[in-house]
Amino acid sequence: MSRIEFMQGNTASAEGALAAGCRFFGCYPITPSTEIAEHMARKLPKAGGTFIPMEDEIGSIASVIGAAWTGARAMTATSGPGFSLMMENLGYAVMTETPLVVVNIQRGGPSTGQPTRAAQGDMMQCRFGSHGDMATIAITPNSVQEMFDLTAKAFNLADRYRVPTFVMSDEIIGHMRERIVIPDSVETVSRPPLAEGELPFAAGDDGIPGFAPFGTGRHVHVTGLTHDERGYPDTTDAEAHDALVRRLYRKVESARREMADYEVTNPDAESVFVTYGPPSRTVQQLLHDRQDEGVGHLRLRVVWPFPEFALQEFADAKVFLMPELNMGQMAREVERHVDQPVIPIPKLGGELHTPAELASVLEAHR
Amino acid sequence: MTSARDWLRTDRLPHIYCTGCGNGTVINCTLAAISGMGWERDETVFVSGIGCSSRAPGYIQTDSLHTTHGRALAFATGVKLAKPDLNVVVFTGDGDLAAIGGNHFIHACRRNVDMTVVCMNNQIYGMTGGQGSPTTPMGAQSTTTPYGSAEAAFDLAELAVAAGANYVARWTAYHVKELTKAIATGLQTPGLSFIEVMTQCPTNYGRRNKQRRVSDMIEHMRTHALLIEKKRRLESEGTPIPEGMFTVGELVRRARPAMGVRR
Ligand SMILES: Cc1ncc(C[n+]2csc(CCOP(=O)(O)OP(=O)(O)O)c2C)c(N)n1
Ligand SMILES: [Mg+2]
Repeated sequence: MSRIEFMQGNTASAEGALAAGCRFFGCYPITPSTEIAEHMARKLPKAGGTFIPMEDEIGSIASVIGAAWTGARAMTATSGPGFSLMMENLGYAVMTETPLVVVNIQRGGPSTGQPTRAAQGDMMQCRFGSHGDMATIAITPNSVQEMFDLTAKAFNLADRYRVPTFVMSDEIIGHMRERIVIPDSVETVSRPPLAEGELPFAAGDDGIPGFAPFGTGRHVHVTGLTHDERGYPDTTDAEAHDALVRRLYRKVESARREMADYEVTNPDAESVFVTYGPPSRTVQQLLHDRQDEGVGHLRLRVVWPFPEFALQEFADAKVFLMPELNMGQMAREVERHVDQPVIPIPKLGGELHTPAELASVLEAHR
Repeated sequence: MTSARDWLRTDRLPHIYCTGCGNGTVINCTLAAISGMGWERDETVFVSGIGCSSRAPGYIQTDSLHTTHGRALAFATGVKLAKPDLNVVVFTGDGDLAAIGGNHFIHACRRNVDMTVVCMNNQIYGMTGGQGSPTTPMGAQSTTTPYGSAEAAFDLAELAVAAGANYVARWTAYHVKELTKAIATGLQTPGLSFIEVMTQCPTNYGRRNKQRRVSDMIEHMRTHALLIEKKRRLESEGTPIPEGMFTVGELVRRARPAMGVRR
């Protein structure tokens, strides 16, 4: 039997992780994400899992990667400054194809910025923040329910594609309390197993190698150095590096239709809002208040890999309007996929746009 | 029972180490100690950071995690706590452990996670070409201390004792029997065991510090190693300890509460 509760977003994220079978959590506290760690500290040991407070975020993501290689579903939660500290090891996770989940409850930056206020300023960082070319997955909940659902889903994406997966939430959704339906169980997808006789970093057409957890006799050598299909370092051969980086990139990018998760409202509209996370709720309010079919809304739940085909669903679009809690990060991504003008509507400081603010930008571009 | 040789990943050979490097000796002693334990290869994981020393797991036929610079102990903590049935051995270097990884080092010792950490202390950043590290002796030459190092060096073993590791010993690549025995004791001791091994880096340390031949470096280790018991005796007698000596032996063996011990 599913159950109905009134819950905080951060707690819901932790509950979603537990439901998905997360059994390792490495942490270093940071506002406004800390409730996730605190909830896991109480619940994980009872679920037979491991909770470990690490000495910093470099250590917490490192411990998560180590745990993931034993086969466990593993995660951490953080915010801006901690996310920045994790960057090197996140690149390591990409290179070693380690499935893991990081929940980033975004706050105002740069630097220590606004610890208790919402932002969406890390949307590029979760995609391009570590050095080198790479592709990652990022999902963006806009409700307490989605904190649960999408955190659980993040584990499936991480395991399916063997790539770090980010739940890019923010202080508003993290600290909001709403009604939530907790299902009996959630769907789980497992890591593709390493077939007998197969090399640990050899991949088929989908670009995803089979996974053999530590302790199962496959003697996998895991390194962040450029490596061959055996996992052995091969750091000077141009072709080896080219093939590896392209595969890591393509296995995610080429699956963007498979992963796509978005909502379309009023596809015949000429003015189209494109949103992710909490600004979507302001747009929903605006559409609710106006009942205007000339205004469309594309709401993304998976932002990376970016589903550019979703923009084509609005065949008559004349303008794309993008309210974001940053200076216009995803607006740049949309811009490179469409011919129509893309209007960033930045909002900084921690509060959401009001419906009236969005309405005035809408009218100015009609 | 296996022998040290059985643990080598032979299709990775030849290795990257320079002629005369002490790392091979340390790997050999470690594998000898491990095979003496009767451990299974399928149940043993080697973890390391970045550096010449940290390349060691790549030459061993087990699951292994060659991680980022300085972070090996944090990765190893995740492996061991998520799956305490695995035996975890960490190879690290003086730079990896005590410079960039210093914070993870003291906290791993404090937590006393059940693993064995072998640090190849060549007193230099070897892999990057011989820059001064936190264990480079005062006055020593390196590419970043061209006028002699002006900083005091860390005593890694003492640091591990202070931070809480259950077993701490220091030997050198010259003392292979004692070293092998110390590693074996470390493997047997629940909690974090730290074995610091003074190793020669002829390419990037000896060459710049009047120890041009490998044998000069080994001779230096032999003649400057002072048994800890002897040091304590000299101290209690009030006899001054000669300049440039370093202690070897077992610094501590104790039973503080440990984490990740196999149930
Ligand atoms: C974050 C980061 N900074 C710097 C480096 C460059 N680097 C590679 S190895 C190394 C020093 C290794 O020294 P040590 O741990 O003593 O190992 P050794 O090579 O002497 O065995 C450095 C600075 C790196 N790989 N990563
Ligand atoms: Mg060194």
